[in-house]
Amino acid sequence: MSLVRRLAEVLAPALLVLATALLALEVSSYLQAYFLDTLIKVAIVVGLYVFIGNSGVLSFGQISFVAVGAWTAGVLTVPRDQKLSVMPGLAHFLVTHNVGNVASLVLGAAVGGVFALAVGLPLMRLSGLAAGIATFAVLEITNNVLTYEQRIGPALNNFSGVPSTTGIWQAAIGALVCIAVAYAYQRTRFGRMLRATREDSAAAAAAGISVYRQRLLSFTLAGALAGFAGGLYVHLQPLAANNLFLDLTFITLAMLVVGGSGSLLGAVVGALAVNGIYSFFTAAVNTVDIFGWHLTVPAGTAEIVLGVLMVVVLIFRPNGITGGREFSLPRRRRPVADLEKARATT
Amino acid sequence: MIVGFLNLTWPTFADALALGGVYALMAVGIGLVFGVLRLVNFAYGQLIMAGGFALAYGTTWNLPTWESILLCYGVVLVLSVLMDRLVFRPLRTSSPAVMLVATFGIAFLLQNIALLKFGPLPRSVGSLALLNAPWDIFGVEIKKIAVIAIITAAGCLVILQLLLTRTSLGLHMRAASMDFRTARLLGVRANRVVGAAVVISGLLAATAAVMLSAQEINITYTFGLQDTIIVLAGVVVGGMNRPVPATLGGFSIGFATGILGGVLPTDKSQYLPSFLFAAVIVVLLVRPNGLFTRGGGAVERV
Repeated sequence: MSLVRRLAEVLAPALLVLATALLALEVSSYLQAYFLDTLIKVAIVVGLYVFIGNSGVLSFGQISFVAVGAWTAGVLTVPRDQKLSVMPGLAHFLVTHNVGNVASLVLGAAVGGVFALAVGLPLMRLSGLAAGIATFAVLEITNNVLTYEQRIGPALNNFSGVPSTTGIWQAAIGALVCIAVAYAYQRTRFGRMLRATREDSAAAAAAGISVYRQRLLSFTLAGALAGFAGGLYVHLQPLAANNLFLDLTFITLAMLVVGGSGSLLGAVVGALAVNGIYSFFTAAVNTVDIFGWHLTVPAGTAEIVLGVLMVVVLIFRPNGITGGREFSLPRRRRPVADLEKARATT
Repeated sequence: MIVGFLNLTWPTFADALALGGVYALMAVGIGLVFGVLRLVNFAYGQLIMAGGFALAYGTTWNLPTWESILLCYGVVLVLSVLMDRLVFRPLRTSSPAVMLVATFGIAFLLQNIALLKFGPLPRSVGSLALLNAPWDIFGVEIKKIAVIAIITAAGCLVILQLLLTRTSLGLHMRAASMDFRTARLLGVRANRVVGAAVVISGLLAATAAVMLSAQEINITYTFGLQDTIIVLAGVVVGGMNRPVPATLGGFSIGFATGILGGVLPTDKSQYLPSFLFAAVIVVLLVRPNGLFTRGGGAVERV
């Protein structure tokens, strides 16, 4: 594949993200919150794609890595003098250590990756429904522990005091970093080996690929991206950190499948489209103006529209909006006359 | 005797047995549809929620108890048949992952319709509340609903077992869940088998809805969701491909939930889901094809 075509593949999703960020600069600060949220969703869904898209194995555990990353970045950035009032039971080690914004994101990624590796070591031996349910169990356990364990976070309180450092640029750059890492990974031999196991795991194993090892690598990388996205999330909506559970799991999976789980472009398009529509109808509860036309809908319309949309897309385009393909430049076809001439001369 | 050690009491034991019974019914409901369609119906919990709301409306309209139970069965059956016609049938040939996500979509949709229509506040199923009164059995006070749930579950499972093993419809259903294509080649009618599975699964959902509503009384839009998640885990732990292992899996996880809830000291009881799901992970690692299955299972398709 030529360099131009390869560049186009990764630039298409990146430009979509950039366009979203530029659009966010133009809208009112009330609407801007929806755009920021969408950019974070892109980061989360791209992380999800790195494992599910490349391996073809369903995982419900991804949001637990997002939550762990959010907890790491959150706990380490609450100002020291507020820590004990926000989190009275916090372990001493965590009270005395603080880091900056970027360092908290990096640490979030590191903790997310290490946690995913620890979970993946036993679980990546499973496949099919057993893998799905086991990763679901991880999600339940993580949420249960984070909700009640006071030594590592605010437990039932919320993360007040976390600095809101995720603005448009941090969100956009964060999403772009995730896209770049995901693309780089799927072009490496490891990414290709994993994709081979997705298409036919028996044939891939026969060709000398360790299905377990490739899945574990991608699960760890996906966990690190999720932890990173969790850091972005907690710096945007610290008070909503306890939302990192079932609903987000389903909605991000839906984004991936609706966009097309087989491609990076699908992950990005799915996140943008689904969250865009969802945000539009959520905003419309308080009336939106579309070219001078006022639209007001009852609360809850967004969820219903989204549910119907998901089912309809899956029925009519089971491989998602993008069909699981990357963006490709239109090929120039040589006219038939040329071909015949070429054949005649040889 | 196991009862009496730790702080396990007879009422806890009976409640655990009852929960196991109800979860076993849900497990069969999910397992039957999975058998013929290879579809994990995540929206099963929303059928139960709909049944719960039907019962609550029966109470609001002052219907006699049996009429509101009838209403519950009607609503759940109509909903499950609609689900099959509108969503499962067009998706019958797509990959299991797509079907699973489609059922997420339905679950999400139904839950939010309920939220929009009935609001976030709970509705009470007052007409069934008196079933929570205790019965004195050999000097032990056991809730009526626990006894009723155990008997109903056992009855349903026996009828189902007879249906699956003694009738031609049951034979067709078992054949279809072994190998759908071969079964069709041998003259099993696909729509009849799928329809039967969906209807039976709906009947079981309605039964579970009545039992769970009587226990919990307050119906909200999230009613049945957590139960379904636990049952799904139980079904996979037991072994998804056959009805009997699936039922045993559902029963075991319900029973374990009930016992854990009774045995855990109060300062640890908030960690009940962690204990339960840690056990699920351990069992899956040791027996990935199911706790109650024999030999190696077929390669799964998700």
